[in-house]
Amino acid sequence: MSETASETATGQGQRSRETVARLVDVSRLFGTFAALRHIDYEFQAGLCYVLLGENGAGKSTLLRVLAGLLPPSHGRVRMFGDLSPAEACGRIGYMSHAPMLYDELTGVENLEYFAALYPRGLALAADEALRQVGLDAKLTRRVGQYSQGMRQRASLARVLMAQPELLLLDEPFSNMDVESARQMVRLLDGLRRPGRTVVLTTHQRELALPIADCVLTMRGGEIVNEGSAA
Amino acid sequence: MTSVAQEQQMAGWFRLVGTHLRKDLRIEWRSREAINAMLFFALLVVVLFSMAFDPTAAASREIAGGVLCVATLFASVSALNQAWTREIRHDVLDALRMTPADGSAMFVAKVLANFLFVSVVQGLLAPVFFIFYNLRPLGDGWLLLAVVPLGTWALVANGTFFAALSIRSRNRELLLPLILFPIFLPALLAMVLAVKTILTGDGSDPHLLWLKMLAGYDVIFMTVSLLLFDTVLHAE
Repeated sequence: MSETASETATGQGQRSRETVARLVDVSRLFGTFAALRHIDYEFQAGLCYVLLGENGAGKSTLLRVLAGLLPPSHGRVRMFGDLSPAEACGRIGYMSHAPMLYDELTGVENLEYFAALYPRGLALAADEALRQVGLDAKLTRRVGQYSQGMRQRASLARVLMAQPELLLLDEPFSNMDVESARQMVRLLDGLRRPGRTVVLTTHQRELALPIADCVLTMRGGEIVNEGSAA
Repeated sequence: MTSVAQEQQMAGWFRLVGTHLRKDLRIEWRSREAINAMLFFALLVVVLFSMAFDPTAAASREIAGGVLCVATLFASVSALNQAWTREIRHDVLDALRMTPADGSAMFVAKVLANFLFVSVVQGLLAPVFFIFYNLRPLGDGWLLLAVVPLGTWALVANGTFFAALSIRSRNRELLLPLILFPIFLPALLAMVLAVKTILTGDGSDPHLLWLKMLAGYDVIFMTVSLLLFDTVLHAE
């Protein structure tokens, strides 16, 4: 979708917002299959974007490209001005539909391990991050024994320790029961308030729409529609 | 860069190695997946060889080095695969790739962890091995304490690197031995011949030559692996 279309859809009032991520003619190929096709888009600071689309539409690939985990086959991705995703990695939080934690460690052990990999330390301590997502830091159970909802919240806590400006969440409600999914929505709603940008993919649009500022629909590797949640 | 800054950078790097190593050891302590799989496989190989060939004491000294090295080699493949399977399970590797931590620290920690696991298995295997093959070194037996760790390091350094290289392949269990075994061949030969020389007591110099060769192999392959690991880690 063109930049002009993007501006029109997100409204004139958002023009003054800072751009956190800019995709310029981005394509991503896997062999001959194009998972992303010529995407031009700007993600504005402080908004919650919900990416919708069927399996294979390119939602997860788009998030991985934004996170710097997949380089685009063609085009450019610039974050927070003119940084590459790799240069901005400390300011980006990415959560995939898998928990990204070790089953054999407890929640706090997992988070302390990841925190130790940041030489300058992180904004939030492991126990504080776990408290923020409603988990008990003293829980001695290993992550492998957590319910799916607890795993996703522990994964979110891992991301939150760095207090990222851009949160990329791939299917944060997947395999959750209704109550856990609602808890996650409440958590995400709280997280976007301090001016943070959230981009999430989901198949459960009814859960995500209440917190969405902008809904993007993807099909065949392209953003085919953009609109507000209302 | 000033020497103080360099020292701080080095200290930070060693701290990172320690962090990764503690995590790997803690996970293995709780799951015992790698050591259990290796131990039973290596024991089976040693026992089956002794039953199949029923060697005399002299013949044992000739073949024991080969049996020990091949048993370790086959057994360690499962542990080497396991080391990275843990990282790709639940996409943990993606979370690690997004941290600013130096990938080489993770690689060195994995090599150290795998070295410890294989050494533990060799330590447990050694008495069984000496009993089944009725062995008593006729040469400088203490040199085994240098040969076996050097050969093991060659195996795990290469194996850890190639396991990382094949991590995204669907047939990684098959791919790892296919890449690793031919490249490990010079170190395997050096290790087998050094062990044989020590056990049979033939000559005093040859095993020093094999020792030097093993040490050289370790330095070269460890350096190359360290230089290339970041590329392998971030390859998609």
